[in-house]
This record gives sequence, structure tokens and C-alpha cells, in this order.
Amino acid sequence: MTKHMTLSRQPTDWQSADMMKRIKRRYAAERRFKAMGAIAVLISVAFLAFLLLSMASSGARGFMRTEIKLPIDFPASSLMIDPAIFKGSAEEIEQKLAETDFEGPVLEAAGQAYGADGAALLSETAWIVVRDAVQADPGILSRKTEFWVPASDEVDSAYKGEGEDAQLQRIGAMKAANQVRSSFNLTFLTGADATDPTMVGIWGAFKGSLLTMIVTLLLAFPVGVFSAIYLEEYAPRNRWTDIIEVSINNLAAVPSIIFGLLGLAVFLTLFPNLRSAPVIGGMTLALMTMPVIVIAGRNAIKSVPPSIRDAALGIGASPVQVVFHHVLPLALPGILTGTIIGMARALGETAPLLMVGMRAFISSPPGSFTEPATVLPVQIFLWSDEVSRGFVEKTSAAIIVLLVFLLAMNGLAIYLRNRFETRW
Amino acid sequence: MIQIAIFLVIGLGLMGFVAGRARSTAFSKGRTAAAVRPHSRPNYHGAYVLLWALGPALLIAASSVLVVPALVDEAVLSAVPAGQQPATAMDRAALLDEVRSIAKGDSMGGFIEASESLVPVYKAANTRFGGIAIAVAVLVAIIGALFAFSRVKPDFRARSQVERLTMAVLLLASLIAILTTIGIVGSLLFESIRFFGMVSPVEFLFGTEWSPQTAMRADQVGSSGSFGAVPLYWGTIFIGAIIAMLIAIPFGLMSAIYLTQYAAPTLRAWMKPALELLAGVPTVVYGYFAALTIAPPMRDFAVAIGISSASSESALAAGLVMGVMIIPFVSSMADDSIAAVPQSMRDGSLAMGATPSETIKRVLIPAALPGIVGGVLLAVSRAIGETMIVVMAAGLAANLTLNPFASVTTVTTQIVQLLTGDTEFDSPKTLAAFALGLVLFLITLALNIIALRVVKKYREAYD
Repeated sequence: MTKHMTLSRQPTDWQSADMMKRIKRRYAAERRFKAMGAIAVLISVAFLAFLLLSMASSGARGFMRTEIKLPIDFPASSLMIDPAIFKGSAEEIEQKLAETDFEGPVLEAAGQAYGADGAALLSETAWIVVRDAVQADPGILSRKTEFWVPASDEVDSAYKGEGEDAQLQRIGAMKAANQVRSSFNLTFLTGADATDPTMVGIWGAFKGSLLTMIVTLLLAFPVGVFSAIYLEEYAPRNRWTDIIEVSINNLAAVPSIIFGLLGLAVFLTLFPNLRSAPVIGGMTLALMTMPVIVIAGRNAIKSVPPSIRDAALGIGASPVQVVFHHVLPLALPGILTGTIIGMARALGETAPLLMVGMRAFISSPPGSFTEPATVLPVQIFLWSDEVSRGFVEKTSAAIIVLLVFLLAMNGLAIYLRNRFETRW
Repeated sequence: MIQIAIFLVIGLGLMGFVAGRARSTAFSKGRTAAAVRPHSRPNYHGAYVLLWALGPALLIAASSVLVVPALVDEAVLSAVPAGQQPATAMDRAALLDEVRSIAKGDSMGGFIEASESLVPVYKAANTRFGGIAIAVAVLVAIIGALFAFSRVKPDFRARSQVERLTMAVLLLASLIAILTTIGIVGSLLFESIRFFGMVSPVEFLFGTEWSPQTAMRADQVGSSGSFGAVPLYWGTIFIGAIIAMLIAIPFGLMSAIYLTQYAAPTLRAWMKPALELLAGVPTVVYGYFAALTIAPPMRDFAVAIGISSASSESALAAGLVMGVMIIPFVSSMADDSIAAVPQSMRDGSLAMGATPSETIKRVLIPAALPGIVGGVLLAVSRAIGETMIVVMAAGLAANLTLNPFASVTTVTTQIVQLLTGDTEFDSPKTLAAFALGLVLFLITLALNIIALRVVKKYREAYD
């Protein structure tokens, strides 16, 4: 027992120069590692900020349009319109106006105001503003009136500081003479797709997205919640349940374009007349969204403590009553959070909708679930393919609209989670 | 037409609900000798009547959507004079289409002579058969409601009946997932088999020449096109599994380590959602960003360092942006698996005098490695299935190249390319898209299964 441990070597001298150097080296490595981590986070977040800012800066201009002051002296112009027609019924006026040539006189007036190439300053659809003004107030036909009409794509770019020098100088001079101004582009929020970038609008695609999302929600939410309930609460453990479970987990990871192929091969073969319709797009996206809802729903149902089920069963509730009266209401915030996240993903989805033909040129907003439509992300894709310069800022502006909605949905999901989710 | 039927049926169903409920309530009313306590609560009796009124009638209304147009077509065709009967199925379809669009008011007149005279026939047949469908649906709803109403008695087990149906609906809902899987596999397989009937699978899987466009000209030499998909596989792997991962793995992993091990709680609370936002940005936005903001400077850079073949659609631009998109996937998987390493292992290492970074590198990461690898595999599967970024930024040229500044094409890009425009289901060009889809599906499936295996194995280690 008296045998002492004999140290065969000297205790480490932590103060020696070697050790101090070693520790210094290790601490330096520690600092480097930590800095690398911080840099990784910073670069990732900086990329996000750069992306959002570059979209915002180029998109903000998409919400503005350039207008040109156009004086028209109606009595002196070649506009062939008889004030007498305004005494007729609304339909007659409509028809007469449709027959009248406004474009010629408007281009003529532009030529008088801004020289021979004045007509090129105006947007192709500038005459519509004049026609609408005449329809609203026929009295202007008897006097000289000034209009603010949308400018052409080139003038628009020049006003925003891009283009050839000569054009820039000319627009600068017009700006100084108060002949050109920038105003909020209401058409962009109310119109649909067009070939002229100054006339495009986002409402058509937005409405298409809305209709598609309604179909998706109506299909995916009930089916998703019901299968989550069945799998979590009632399913016996057997091979069938395993197959269902495996297929749901796999569906959640299948690339979205595969769902597009399914929609193309199955839905469009069954309903060939509904090509490009929101109902087909919605069905395709519903298949994609359903697994997300099932997985979120199962997690939410799983987190409801068993004691609640036991208590309900104990006082005589049937298994169905236990779920629908007690478990489901408690799990609902979680299920809704998952649903909103799944819907946000569906709203931003492009590829499957390209497959089912929702990339058509739609110049008026869809009126129903079965009319050809396009959706916001596909509209962004289509505009990004356009050659004309003016579409760049429109694309960015459409992206801003899409991102605002996605952020709002995700924000709502986070709010729901924080506000209603109970930790048991 | 169908809307009217559905409204009527739903109205009847609601009336049935109220009636059934009232009848059942009456049983237990007034504590007289005759009052009994029914087996089920009144709402279940009401629901029972509602379901009997609604279920069969709605089935009929739904099937009428398919049956009525067929009957109407039949009637219209039989009204065509014998001499002018359309000869082929295509003529028939064209005639019916025209009659339909004139009747709807979409077009003023038709190309086919007979069509205008058939419009009244069409309208009459539509009204007649539509009316019959509504009548049948309503009748069935009434019969169903009366039948169910007659069964409402104190000892009738309405709750069990309603609950049995509820369970059936729940089961059916969960079967839709299987149906979807079968639908995906079935449609991909079916079209792929047709494709492999025209193009040899060996050429498709191992050929290195991809030019499906020539298939458009059926009468010319080389009309079969060439469908060697190896350049597409390479493009997909090059962008999704190499370039994107070179960005996503270091950034995702280091972000996860920093946020779980070093960052102050408030910083973590802000940075984690910000990182997750990266995954929430739609891919079309990334694609636009890659094509417009990232690709041009990258090409200029490549030209500046002397790569003359640099294209404005480059593998690097697409892969880089895709890598950024994937960062949150890698980081959240790494986050989870690092958090799952028992605290005692970390404490033990720190107590031995290891610095935090040494602990992370020598203890936490090795312990969390299976989870991280699983996460990376899932991220790869996500990256190779990604469509919009590569469609917008990677280009269409099927190059078998190692040069990241060159344009390469991927499986998903080609699927989009092959299927936009005409979608005739008989040319190898369109069918090739389904074969590519099948390959993509199988590869992502395999990656997911392997990833789940790896993660599962790891989980058992510390339980």
C-alpha cells in the first residue's frame, strides 16, 4: 500500500515558451473558426439583403410611369366625331366611339406639339386615354384640352435616366418645360399582360394566382388534415399504413416539376378543354401541397398530450368525438401554420404550372376557374424573357408584389405559431 | 346547370338536418313518462339525415357532369342529316366544338355549314338533359332524406352510423397520397415505355449526343433526333451536386455552427429566420436574379481572365445562386443534428481543456456527421430537382464540359424545353421529357431513401 506513484516525467510547465506559443496558436485557431462562422452567416444574410434591395430598387420604378403632356385642339383636329352621338344610349355611344379613329388625331396632335417624330414619344395606347376622357366628358370636344398620356417605352427609360444621350437631353429639356412627368402607374395594379411594357399590369396574373390558390386550398386542406388525423389517431400499424406513410414522405421530397408532368399526363388528358385553367393548376399544386399539410398536421396532432385523449375517453366520448371535439381544436394552430407555409410555397411555384400550360399570353384577367389564366410567378418568368428594356423594371415590380404576399403569409404563420401554439 | 342542382341538393340537405334534429329533440322533450333518452344526441340524427340527402344526390350531380355532355353530343349528331354526317372522329369533334362555341356566344359563325342550324338542337338537348339531371338529383336527395328521417328513433344509433362514415372519409383521404404516388409512377412509366419503344434505352442512358430538336422534321435524314442524355446528367450534377454544394455545404454548416455554438440568443433569434427566408424566396426570383444580376459580371470576369468561350448563361451563375438557396436546408439539418448530440459529450470535451472550436471539430461534428450527411443528401436531391433557376440561368446547350463559365443544360431545363409549345403525345421529343422525369424521380427517390436511412441509423446511436 505504500507504493507511491512515481512520475516518470516532469509535470507540464504551462508557463514555458513552447506551451505559451501553443496555447496562443490554439486560441488564434479558435478566433479564426468563430470568425469564419460569423462571416458565413453574414455573407448569407448579405446575399439576401442584396437580392431584396436590388429587386426593390429596380422594381420601385416599375410602379411609376412617365406621362407626356399632349394638348389637343379638338375643333381644329381631324377627329371625326359628331357630338350628337352622345345623346344616344350607352351602348350606342360605346359603338360609335369604337368606330371612331382616335389614334390618328392623337398622333397628329403629338406631331404638332413635339415635331415630326412626336408620335414616337407616345405609347401605342395613348389614344385610349383621350377616348376615355371624351366618353366621360363630351364637352371637351368643343375646346382645346391638355391630356397627360402615357409615354413610349424609350421615353420612359430616358426619363428614368437610361438611353442615348440625344434622347436623354431631349427628355431633360421637356422635363424643364414641364411637358413630361412621372406619376403612379395605376395600370400596373389593375391591368393584365400586354405586348407594350408601358401598358402591362399585374392584376390578371394576380387574379389567376388567387383562383389557383383557392382550388389548391379547397383540395389540399381537407384531404391533408383528414389523412393526418387518420394516420396519427386511427391507423392500425400494418403494411398498408406503412405504404401510405412512405408515399407521403416521398411525395414531400419529389421535385415540383414531376407534379407538373403528372398534371400534364393525367389531368390534361382527362380534361383537355381546361388547358391553362386555374382549376387544373390548382389540382396540380394541391397534390404538391397536401404532403406538407399532412406532415405539419401529424406533428401538431402528435404534440397534443395523451392525457387529453384519455380524459375525454374516460368520460365516455367516442374515438371520433375525442378527435373532433378535443384533439383537432387544440392542434389547429399548428395545422394552420403548416398549411400557410405550404400555400406560400405553392404561391411561389412556377415549374409545375408551366407544364400544365399556364404560360399563355393572357390579356384580360380570368373570370372563372375554367378560363385560361396565368399566375404571378409564371408572369414573372414570361416577362423576364421579354427583350424590351421596359420589361426589366416590370419584372422586378411583379417580384416585389409576389414577395410582399409571401412575406405576409410567412409572417402570419409565425404570428399564429407564437400566438396560439401551446407548449404542453 | 350543375350549380342549380348542387344548390337545391344542399338546401334539401340542410332542411333534412333541421328536421332530423328537431325530431330527435322531441324524443327527450318534457320529462313525461313517454320521454326517453335517445342513443345519440340530436345533432347526430340531423347529420345522419343530411348525409343521406347529400351523399347520393351529389354523386349523381357529379356524374351528370360527365354524362350530360355525352348525351347532348349524341343528340346533336343524330340531328345532322344523313348525307352530311361527319366522316371521322376529328370532324365530329370539330363540329361539336363549333356548335358549342356558337351556343355560348363565343363565336358568331362557324366554318362548317351545318353548325349554325344545330345550335337550337344543342340548346334544346342541353336544357332537356340538364333538367333531367337536376330532377333526378333532387329526387334522390328527397328519397334519401325521407329514408333517413324515417329511421330517426330514440334507439337508432345515429352516432355510430355517422362516425362510421367519418372514418371511411378519413381513410379515403389518406389513400389519396398512395393514388398520387401511383399516378406519378404510372404516368412516368407509361410514357417512358412508349419513348423506349422509339429510342433505345442504352442510347438514352449512355449516349453523349443530345439534340431532340431534329425530331421535328419527320421526313428528313436524321429525323429520329439523338437522345443521349449523358450531357444532361452531367449538367445536372455539375450545377446541383458540385457547384451548388461547394457553396451550400461550407456556408450552411458554418452558419449552423456559429448560430448554435457561438451566437448570443438575440442574434440567433434574428439570424435564423433571416436565413430561413432564403428558402422562402420563390425560385423564379432566384432565376431572374441569377440571369440578370449574377451572370453578366461573371461572364465579364471570365472574359477578363482569358476564357473566350464564356457564355452569359453559365453553370457557375446558376450553381452559385442555387447554392445560396440551399444554404438554409443544410444549415437547419446541421443545426438539428448538432443539437441532438448529448450535452455531456460537449461538456466532457470542454472540461478536458479543449477550446470550443476543437470541441466542435473533434467531438460535435463527428457525432453529428450522419445527420449532416443525410441533410446534404436531401439538399442535393432538392438541388437537382430545382427547375426555374437552371431554366433561366443555365442555358440550353448540351455541353459535356468542366468549364464552369460555359453554358450547360440540365434534366429539368430540358423537360421544360421539350414540353412547352406543342404537346403532341406521339413524338419522341415530348415523350423524352417523361423519360427524363422518370430518371429524375428515381434519383431523387433514391437520394431521399439513403438520406433517411443514414439519419435513422444515427438516431439509434444515442438513444
